[in-house]
Amino acid sequence: MNLDFSPEDVAFREEARSFIAENYPQILRDKAARNEDLTKEDYLSWHRILAKKGWSVPSWPKEFGGCDWTPTQKYIWSEEQARADTIGILPFGVAMLAPVVYTFGTPEQKAKFLPDIRDGNIWWCQGYSEPGAGSDLASLKTKAERVTGDDGKEYYIVNGQKTWTTLGQHADWGFFLVRTDPDSKPQAGISFLLIDMKSPGIEVRRITTLEGGHEVNDVFLDNVKVPVENRIFHENQGWTCAKALLAHERSGIAGVARSKRGLERVREIASTEQSDMGGPLLADPFFKRKVAELEIDLTALEFTELRTLAGESSGKGPGPESSILKIKGTEIQQRLNELALEAVGHYGAPYMRDLGHNHGVGPVYADGLAGDYFNGRKTSIYGGSNEIQRNIIAKMVLGLG
Amino acid sequence: MDFSFTDEQSMLRDTVASYLSDNYSFDARRAALKAEPGWRPEVWKAFADELGILGAAFSEEQGGLGGGPTENMIVMEECGKALVVEPYLGTVVIGGGFLKHGKPAGADDLIGKIVAGEVIIGFAYGEPQARYTWQDLKTTAKKDGAGYVLNGHKAVVIGAPYATHLIVTARTGGSQREANGVSVFIVDRNAKGVTTRDYPTVDGFRASEVYFENVSVPAEALIGSEGAALPLVEKVIDEAIAATCAEACGVLTRLHEGTLDYTKQRKQFGQPISQFQVLQHRMVDMFIQVEQSVSMTYMAHIKLGESDVERAKAISAAKVQIGKACKFVGQNAIQLHGGMGMTDEMAIGHYFKRATMIEGAFGSTDHHLARYEGLSLGKAA
Ligand SMILES: Cc1cc2nc3c(=O)[nH]c(=O)nc-3n(C[C@H](O)[C@H](O)[C@H](O)COP(=O)(O)OP(=O)(O)OC[C@H]3O[C@@H](n4cnc5c(N)ncnc54)[C@H](O)[C@@H]3O)c2cc1C
Repeated sequence: MNLDFSPEDVAFREEARSFIAENYPQILRDKAARNEDLTKEDYLSWHRILAKKGWSVPSWPKEFGGCDWTPTQKYIWSEEQARADTIGILPFGVAMLAPVVYTFGTPEQKAKFLPDIRDGNIWWCQGYSEPGAGSDLASLKTKAERVTGDDGKEYYIVNGQKTWTTLGQHADWGFFLVRTDPDSKPQAGISFLLIDMKSPGIEVRRITTLEGGHEVNDVFLDNVKVPVENRIFHENQGWTCAKALLAHERSGIAGVARSKRGLERVREIASTEQSDMGGPLLADPFFKRKVAELEIDLTALEFTELRTLAGESSGKGPGPESSILKIKGTEIQQRLNELALEAVGHYGAPYMRDLGHNHGVGPVYADGLAGDYFNGRKTSIYGGSNEIQRNIIAKMVLGLG
Repeated sequence: MDFSFTDEQSMLRDTVASYLSDNYSFDARRAALKAEPGWRPEVWKAFADELGILGAAFSEEQGGLGGGPTENMIVMEECGKALVVEPYLGTVVIGGGFLKHGKPAGADDLIGKIVAGEVIIGFAYGEPQARYTWQDLKTTAKKDGAGYVLNGHKAVVIGAPYATHLIVTARTGGSQREANGVSVFIVDRNAKGVTTRDYPTVDGFRASEVYFENVSVPAEALIGSEGAALPLVEKVIDEAIAATCAEACGVLTRLHEGTLDYTKQRKQFGQPISQFQVLQHRMVDMFIQVEQSVSMTYMAHIKLGESDVERAKAISAAKVQIGKACKFVGQNAIQLHGGMGMTDEMAIGHYFKRATMIEGAFGSTDHHLARYEGLSLGKAA
């Protein structure tokens, strides 16, 4: 057991660091500094730069564009991105859909979809949840009926409503779970469809989140015609794909490197803010202790994640243990939001979103912290709520009922 | 021992509650917050005329109805239930508090105008560097003939965009963080040299950064004694905290009830999610927090009239309980609503936002724990 970086690892770290320094778009830095919302092109620009370098999908199998990195290299890469405050690559195509396509897809599907995901040419959204199907995803009702079109080809006609579709307002395509057999058991009658969001009959409607952002949407499907070849895996066996995908969704969610950076930011704020005793807030025994506790918690999570990564590299995929990473990772992110907001005192209150973020009230670092805190409550709700994760650990890991 | 309310007090509660339930729906509130001026003068007018509640906490000699802190508690709790943004706290509790205890010249006239709904007060006490140390003041008031000249910058003054008057803490002597040298002034909001930068707050209020540049005020603007007003400031802020605790009780009640209602009707896995024991226990813990908060709010109001030390201990203890409850109940209300809790459309998120801001209002949980420790267990060496 050791944590040493080999000379190759050190060289890789240098390469990663200077690559980011030289190639990360300045406009993204400027927008982050102004706390400005990103456009679709902004999100994709970094993805495309990484794709040119061959680093947009490091975790994929090599044959589809993966990097074959060791767990240490993956660790270094996420550390370096966090260290440089880069935006993340959106997970929907790269981390959620692609593993389903390369695991369950036909050769034609792989050839058609994977390159565009890798290169950031197509924006994907995830159409799973419905108003009536959240935690109990298998109860989903959006219905797909098979018909033969006038052109003699086979289609599904899809009707229903999806909700909470993250950044669906930008999506070119979506991956959807739909019910193809209403009569079988809930999990058994579901299929996994890829749908062009420009298809007639799709309507995307904004849902405003409590901090005022436009991040999620309702998606209405009214007689949407989907070619049968856009189904991944067998009809009525979409649940198998969904389950595989959910495990991937969870393991990315720990966000250790980002949280380390978040902790640094809290330290920076608390060294600038003054405590009630005079002197920096970071010297206030109450606040200091909370930061220390959080750092320790994060260290524990980091080593738990490293152990999981090591296990993965020895051939095991992400298992139910990844639920630990999801629970602790999100709790820590939420705690960071709490501490940052607490640190800025009065200046947590001003709401600048509608005024333009450079309104110049209070210290720059305070801008948007309350919004981050409110918005951050989502992390214990989505990706399988933290209650559901505990149910999973209870059943699958501990064997309790 | 008696925790009951008088008939007048029960009537006051009913009057406020029924007015708010008829006139202060979530949708009406939301529409008003999105538009200018960001609050509803007609609600304030109704508080003054139709309901006649703005005098409830003033003595009869001062033109009020003879009540005090308990009346404020009742009004504020109802305001919390409806997320009222109109300036009862700043005007009646804080403005009224300074006028009652500081008894400046012209106090009775101003109280009369408060009761009539004509005077609205914003409390300009916080400063960018000061956190929750009320005597940390860079704002100065220099003697100038019979009056004073004010200079400084006050942070996040709630209600300032539409106040008629500001009550301002400023230094007439001493160094920046010294207890001595603190004075309080009442300043016309439109006085020459007062400028503001206005903005909404995350919980729906309107506030300002307020800048004083050579603002001349007459001698009568002084409230309390020159250079020795810190005890007065602490007393009034303690009263404001008690009132905010009462508001929080209203907010917490709605968060808890809203969560019970939602989980009983939301079905997943073929049953109402309220059937899951883990959620039941969570809602029980939320309930316990609400009850403890109500208890501490009563305790705090009962002890408002005691010695400075006893009062301060009681208030800080209450604020610690309220702060913890706001966090726990607020976060879990959102959690148990799932995605619905994250939407701007549902009221629950707005209660959560208010609860979150109450956590930090007039001192965070840590601040009040430290204050309580200092008073109850002795200051750290
Ligand atoms: C910001 C955000 C973005 C999202 N993005 C997407 C997206 O892009 N695509 C997509 O398909 N979905 C997305 N979701 C949906 C998300 O996956 C669901 O919100 C989640 O599955 C929870 O479902 P629900 O909101 O219906 O809550 P519910 O399932 O109604 O849960 C409400 C509460 O009950 C609890 N609960 C439910 N069942 C149990 C149980 N058996 N035991 C104990 N407690 C239980 C939950 O933990 C929660 O606290 C997003 C959600 C949010 C908030």
